[in-house]
Amino acid sequence: MVTTRASVDEVWTWLAAIPDPEIPVISLVDLGIIRNVQWLDDTLEVTVTPTYSGCPATSIINMEIETTLRAKGIQNLSLKRQIAPPWTTDWMTDTGKAKLESYGIAPPQPAGGPKRCPHCQSSRVEKISQFGSTPCKAQWRCTDCLEPFDYFKCI
Amino acid sequence: MSVQGLIRMGDNTLVLGQRVSEWCGHAPALEEDIALANTALDLIGQTQLWLGLAAEREGQGRTADTLAYHRDAWDFRNLLLVEQPNRDFGATMMRQFLFDAWHLEALKALTEHEDAEIAAIAQKSVKEVTYHRERSSDTVIALGDGTEESHDRMQAALDRLWPYVGEMFSTDNDDLKDMSALKSAFDRYLETVLAEATLSRPDGDFAHMGGKTGARHTEHLGHMLATMQVLPRSYPDATW
Repeated sequence: MVTTRASVDEVWTWLAAIPDPEIPVISLVDLGIIRNVQWLDDTLEVTVTPTYSGCPATSIINMEIETTLRAKGIQNLSLKRQIAPPWTTDWMTDTGKAKLESYGIAPPQPAGGPKRCPHCQSSRVEKISQFGSTPCKAQWRCTDCLEPFDYFKCI
Repeated sequence: MSVQGLIRMGDNTLVLGQRVSEWCGHAPALEEDIALANTALDLIGQTQLWLGLAAEREGQGRTADTLAYHRDAWDFRNLLLVEQPNRDFGATMMRQFLFDAWHLEALKALTEHEDAEIAAIAQKSVKEVTYHRERSSDTVIALGDGTEESHDRMQAALDRLWPYVGEMFSTDNDDLKDMSALKSAFDRYLETVLAEATLSRPDGDFAHMGGKTGARHTEHLGHMLATMQVLPRSYPDATW
């Protein structure tokens, strides 16, 4: 049987369609956790880095990658975990950041706090807690529209 | 490279992670509950990395889970500080602050470790622990410089935990780094935060020892492990 091997670019496109299990509005590629895709002989190796070391979504993410790639006909798959260099929000794509904001989550800022309220765009915001509903987020509040919102922490 | 040194790092994060997770559903405010649970989650995640590497280097077929669930108190190598009970929220946050202040310095030093895998775990953890230290410092300051009641409770917590601080800077050849070298940076940071929190550094440097060497844990560790380990020990085939 002769099969054509999927190109690395094609695999990236497939991965870019897998939603993050906690924040389904962005994909695993948007999040910047897929570090490499390569063929080693007839095995496809996908390198994934965790956002936070204890993030419970990590195992679900691996399962999603495997399910998607198997459905695309990848037979020999190896998922490699890489922790160095550690994940940083700098690896998040601009598209990802824009999608986060329109979803109501303020995207990470180098200044360490949200630039503006994702609901009303006011810059008058205050921190409620350094931690939010997932390890990667903090809780903030807008002092104009009074809505609380998640801020994706900058690390 | 010492397997014991890796186990020490992993046991600290495991025992403190378990302790902090005891607050889940009980913290004084929802935000604090979430923050504590997230801190515990980070610490347990770091445990998987440290104990995972320890088990791999040891090469006796054990895993991070075997090390966590199938050792008894005398085989644990965590600092006595982290096994101390939670008591009230203030005492929990004071314990967290003292540990975070040491932990961040220890991890920063380990990011330069000649063993690339140790350096990688430290680089990953340092980002999370920077955040932990920021939060516990803010809380110690807010409660210390808060009401008369919160101030007194924070000072009492500091006085009670103080004899467990010295062990963090005791060191021997099993440590991944010379832990005594971290003391001056720790002291500087402590001084700044305590001043802002209007708290006084206790007199004297008496230190209880024996946690990181395993010679003498406090009675609290066994009780904690009984809760933490009961499921995998009673049902060895359980999966979750």
